[in-house]
Amino acid sequence: MITLSNVTKVYKAASGNVTAVDHVNLHIAEGEIFGIIGYSGAGKSSLIRLLNGLEKPTSGEVIVDGKDMGKISGKQLRQARQQIGMIFQHFNLLWSRTVCENIAFPLEIAGVPKEERMKRVDELIQLVGLQGRENAYPSQLSGGQKQRVGIARALANNPKVLLCDEATSALDPQTTDSILDLLVDINKRLDLTIVLITHEMHVIRKICDRVAVMENGKIVEMGEVLHVFRKPQQPITKRFVQQVTEPEETKEAMLHLLERYPNGKVVQLTFVGEAAEQPLITQLIRHFDLNVNILQGKISQTHHGSYGVLFIHLDGANEEVERALAFIRQQEVEAEVLANVE
Amino acid sequence: MWNELFPNVVWDKIWAATMETLYMTAISVIATFVLGILLGLLLFLTSKGNIWENRLVNGAIASFVNIFRSIPFIILIILLIPFTKLVVGTILGANAALPALIIGAAPFYARMVEIALREIDKGVIEAAKAMGATTSTIIWKVLLPEALPALVSGITVTAIALVGYTAMAGVVGAGGLGNLAYLEGFQRNNNDVTFVATVLILVIVFIIQFIGDFVTSKIDKR
Repeated sequence: MITLSNVTKVYKAASGNVTAVDHVNLHIAEGEIFGIIGYSGAGKSSLIRLLNGLEKPTSGEVIVDGKDMGKISGKQLRQARQQIGMIFQHFNLLWSRTVCENIAFPLEIAGVPKEERMKRVDELIQLVGLQGRENAYPSQLSGGQKQRVGIARALANNPKVLLCDEATSALDPQTTDSILDLLVDINKRLDLTIVLITHEMHVIRKICDRVAVMENGKIVEMGEVLHVFRKPQQPITKRFVQQVTEPEETKEAMLHLLERYPNGKVVQLTFVGEAAEQPLITQLIRHFDLNVNILQGKISQTHHGSYGVLFIHLDGANEEVERALAFIRQQEVEAEVLANVE
Repeated sequence: MWNELFPNVVWDKIWAATMETLYMTAISVIATFVLGILLGLLLFLTSKGNIWENRLVNGAIASFVNIFRSIPFIILIILLIPFTKLVVGTILGANAALPALIIGAAPFYARMVEIALREIDKGVIEAAKAMGATTSTIIWKVLLPEALPALVSGITVTAIALVGYTAMAGVVGAGGLGNLAYLEGFQRNNNDVTFVATVLILVIVFIIQFIGDFVTSKIDKR
């Protein structure tokens, strides 16, 4: 559905050229939810704007649904854009229009006759769950409701692709989750390809099939979300994964625990998918002559299965501990012994 | 009782002068509104980072606006006498005041329009572009409706300034309440005429302000 080949975007500035997107190659399949994560300034905003021609690539090719978004212009570009919905961090609704009128706007642009427009707006209101707020103005809506209007508006012309520009970054956690659920729902129902950019790993974890990590304009890591969670390669990816797997205070708590358990080993276990549901601890206790103490644990649900982190303390003879670790690793569970630093 | 309080006031003349003032104000406000929005839109659209970004055109319009905004109105009327003669055929009467009124007020309003348009969230324009809107759709369905409250409060301020300008134009022969206050009131030392003319001008200003505020509050959905 979307293919980027060797795409570079350079901005000319007084202080010198800024390379916002640096030789990016990317393929996004139809019906996929693809996430791009990076800190601000990583170039993800520019990247997503290349997909609907709001920015033109300096070099390289951006193909969306068979059209070269970097080359087409005028009427062709406008028609291509009608097939690509976009939602924004700050919603970007017209405050002078009601909910209905906002949703009808892209239909007006596409030249849909009034009667059909009204019918389509009604459907969309149902789809995003805004019944009863049809005639409200954006200023009378909550953030979540505004984003629902944004989504309905983006879907009005039955696009094939939906671009989400930090769509949940201005929302509180609960509203974020309800908007994400809605995105998954429309992805399934309409077989819509969704590309989203975010700085929150939570969003990636919850809905994405695949993820690309961006840093300084480059994609430094890309893959299935579960895979990236299990084996993050780059330091930046590890930091993002930690956002959702480790509570803030984990590090500190662990250091404290290491002091309290001078014997044995503190081990961080990482479970992915099936493994997360195995009775691993029971097996450890049954098969090995060890004391197993659970220190802390967390299971997160991703779009493709669960992902868990468990901190345990193994106490016993050194050999027995080593054997237990070998056993754990056989179970497709990552085990990392936390060193007794300091 | 009125005749005792205002012995020198001829009410027919007052009525006629009021109508002239209202006529000059109304026509020049309408023309200023159209011309100001046109110039303001051009100023905005040709500015840096916008749809028709063009430094040359922007610079030309900006200097035109700045020059005509800076000339004191009373001098502008005199400067425009040849132009007025050419366009209207005379330099006396209400119609003769119109070119100067419009040329004096439109640049002033154009700046207000530009500011109003700049206040619009860039993201909204981006969203419209992302939907595949043409430039004319963006102008008619995004820029103007979104800026409307500011455009209306701007034209209210401009209209009030125009009432003042008509009075000044009156002094150099354009008719209206300013003309009456100057010729009948000041020059013949009839203070009651000056007073009545002043009160009427104030009433017109208050009414304009009231209408402007009312309309602005009705259309502002922010």
